[in-house]
Amino acid sequence: MNRIELTRIPFIKNALKSRYPQLAVFIVMLIGYIFAILAGLIGTPVGSHNFSIVFVWIAWWAILILVAVPFFGRGWCAVCPIPLPGEWLQRGAILNPPDKRPKWLNLRFPKMFRNIWLQNISFLLLALFSSVLLTTPNITGIVLAAMLFAAIGLSTVFERRAFCRYLCPVGGFIGLYSQTAPIELRIKDKQICVKCEGKPCYNGSTNGYGCPWDVFPGGLTKNTYCGLCMECIRTCPHDNIAVNLRPFSADLAKPSTRMDEAFKAFIMLGSAIIYAGVLLGPWGAFKDAAYNVGSNAWLVYGVAFLAFIFVILPSLFTLGILNTKSALPLKQRFASLSTALIPLGLMFWVAFSLSFVLTNASYILAAFSDPLGLGWNLFGTANAAWQPMLTSILAPAQTLALVGGLIWSARTAQKAAGEVKVSPIPVIVYCFIVTSLMLWLLL
Amino acid sequence: MRFHLSLLLLVMAGLMVAFAPLPVPTTTPQERTFEIDAHQFAYSPSEFHVNPGDTVTIQLVSTDVVHGLYVDDYDISIEADPGQSATLTFVADKPGSFRFRCNVTCGAMHPFMIGKLTVGNNSWLYRSIGLSILAAIGFFPLSHLHLRAVQVSFSDRKTKEERIK
Repeated sequence: MNRIELTRIPFIKNALKSRYPQLAVFIVMLIGYIFAILAGLIGTPVGSHNFSIVFVWIAWWAILILVAVPFFGRGWCAVCPIPLPGEWLQRGAILNPPDKRPKWLNLRFPKMFRNIWLQNISFLLLALFSSVLLTTPNITGIVLAAMLFAAIGLSTVFERRAFCRYLCPVGGFIGLYSQTAPIELRIKDKQICVKCEGKPCYNGSTNGYGCPWDVFPGGLTKNTYCGLCMECIRTCPHDNIAVNLRPFSADLAKPSTRMDEAFKAFIMLGSAIIYAGVLLGPWGAFKDAAYNVGSNAWLVYGVAFLAFIFVILPSLFTLGILNTKSALPLKQRFASLSTALIPLGLMFWVAFSLSFVLTNASYILAAFSDPLGLGWNLFGTANAAWQPMLTSILAPAQTLALVGGLIWSARTAQKAAGEVKVSPIPVIVYCFIVTSLMLWLLL
Repeated sequence: MRFHLSLLLLVMAGLMVAFAPLPVPTTTPQERTFEIDAHQFAYSPSEFHVNPGDTVTIQLVSTDVVHGLYVDDYDISIEADPGQSATLTFVADKPGSFRFRCNVTCGAMHPFMIGKLTVGNNSWLYRSIGLSILAAIGFFPLSHLHLRAVQVSFSDRKTKEERIK
């Protein structure tokens, strides 16, 4: 299957080129986001009855991991409200570029941090506190507010969307997994970009802003750092930007050689396994340790969490590929072959989220009518009883996700191994072992 | 041809692993009673095993706040007040592994207060691992054959094109 250019359809192209449909979604999202912050701070402390917990960690998470990331890649980033206030401030405008832009510092982000290590760290920081974050409304409210203010602060100091590109804890893994999505934004003809004067897609023009993600679309080869903001569609004077439908995981055919991205794959794989054991498992001691932040048990949990992700999983992987015959250095083989863990990690998160979301989705109805837990009944659903949904199909669905993920990863391993000219067998065996562990934890 | 045959065999093997009936060990149904202690945010014991057909009685004792116990798929539940116990009796007529969870909001980690009941064998786990083994082992010959099939079709096309020329 080759690419199908969606932007050939006039309706889609006009909808993406116009700022108004996106602005309408932005405004709804921003209102929802600010309401989630307020609900977290002033609403009921009972998480399962508070809008901030129910709509962020159940509704939004379900949409993100089960639909948005697998099918639309960075589709969420295209409508995410977090960078908006900062960006509007930075641009001095909400819609089209103004005649005179405000004089902020507009610095380049420091070169040593132009990678996703900061995103890896910010994700891990949240992950270590996740049991509290997922269940305590005011902590969720504070974290959401902190992200909003961090994005505003960075917009006034650095150019473009520095928060999204280098710091957002969610953006890092969305970028990693967006490589598997069947949607991409790419140029149509490279020669047109080569000859294009002024490169308005990167530098901006009267029609729009330079790429907020600090990406030159002419050089795009994978989805990881394209936020699908559609600015380049608006600024390109040659109509040379397309949004394409493509086969799943097309970006993974050419494996990454970056260690920050390789470790992102391990962080996400390891976190899914740990959450499946700690949050969904029957072991109360693990839950106590994860929840009692600052206690000795939590410190042990934190050290074990980090050791599993940074020592155990990568060491076993390295041991597996150590004896593969190749002229390439081990570091490069490690980075390239870890590409195979991307589809597997995504499917681990799908399987984990199915369990979490289906058993708790019924809270959405109650929180919809009484978002602050103050006894309101706005839509008559405040007293909807908790009832797990579709639990009879949960095990087959999780099996399908995990075994499907294993097959997908095996295929990716084969392609990656072909690129670095080594055998894919150790990687496939590794994927089989971690899949079996995940199956044991979830089923 | 060989690729399609191998794929068919692999799919059939997969269907067998997923759906073939497993031998059920014959056991005489018994009456089993479990006293389960519920406290924030765990059950003790948190895992228990019964045989299919057993009549299971759960005595739920809550030691701090109000807790509940809801068994997935069986769709049955009880609630116990602090310091009190509540009793639930049911026939374990569905084999497999089931989560049981607190169904009364009992504190922050309430959504994760979970235990595990296994009735007979956890056949889904065995079947899933069987499918994973099949997927991992079957992948190599299949992908090798697919590659050969693609090469053969490519060379066939090339020969035809040369003949036409």
